[in-house]
Amino acid sequence: MNLSAAAHPGFLSPTGVEITFVLIGLATLGAALLTVTTRQLVHAALWLVVALGGLAVEYLLLTAEFIAWVQVLIYVGSVVVLLLFGLMLTKAPIGRSPDADSENRLVALGVALAAAAALVWVVVDAFRTTWVDLHGVAQGSSHATGESLFRHWVLPFEALSVLLLAALVGAIVLSRRDAGSPGGATTGAGSPADSATGKEQS
Amino acid sequence: MNPANYLYLSALLFTIGAAGVLIRRNAIVVFMCVELMLNACNLAFVTFSRLHGNLDGQVIAFFTMVVAAAEVVVGLAIIVSIFRSRHSASVDDANLMKL
Repeated sequence: MNLSAAAHPGFLSPTGVEITFVLIGLATLGAALLTVTTRQLVHAALWLVVALGGLAVEYLLLTAEFIAWVQVLIYVGSVVVLLLFGLMLTKAPIGRSPDADSENRLVALGVALAAAAALVWVVVDAFRTTWVDLHGVAQGSSHATGESLFRHWVLPFEALSVLLLAALVGAIVLSRRDAGSPGGATTGAGSPADSATGKEQS
Repeated sequence: MNPANYLYLSALLFTIGAAGVLIRRNAIVVFMCVELMLNACNLAFVTFSRLHGNLDGQVIAFFTMVVAAAEVVVGLAIIVSIFRSRHSASVDDANLMKL
């Protein structure tokens, strides 16, 4: 980070980056653990906001500026809001729910620990001695990322726009009610967020 | 700068998300854990992008985010329609292929 900081005077010194990484990383891990373990479903969504925001800061530390802001916009801004809408649409209990976890907790814990051991071992084995070369490092500003996106990744980008359209149409089709179904009036419900009104009307 | 620290964080986040998918019972909380796993993969992609000094990993992370947004929209529509017919959002209750 020294050389790039000499060219682009950054906000944080190299040591500052390391310290921030450790602090934000611990906060992210704690928030993720709370998301998984808390018995209050709405709190899980709110802890998920903390975890995703911490990850956005980690992206900033990795000089991926564009990705960090997209993370804030898409995940913190819209995905969590959609999840909260889903919790409310499915009438999730607001307080502590005693049956939030399934019974096979020990098996799941064993599988998770095995996966963690395997992943960490692979990372230790592969990247113990690797160091990032900071000469001419790629800065992920929106300018650079947009240039790379529209120079090398145009076809996947366009395919993604078609995918988004398909997802939109699919959500509309899924959340519509059939006209002939008993007890269900036809409501032109759109996305899951829109189907809230359709649910209340019927 | 050693990239391994970021990869440790990514691996641990992925594991926490996987444990959540296995443990939790509410379908929407399972969704949150899947998002956590996707984010862990994104962190690994961005770290590798930094490691190799080009922007391809960041572009792939961006694509992952867009696909994740589409997946959340469709998945929530499915969960809400299952809730309408079953009156339950628990993954243990959705054990039949037909509604």
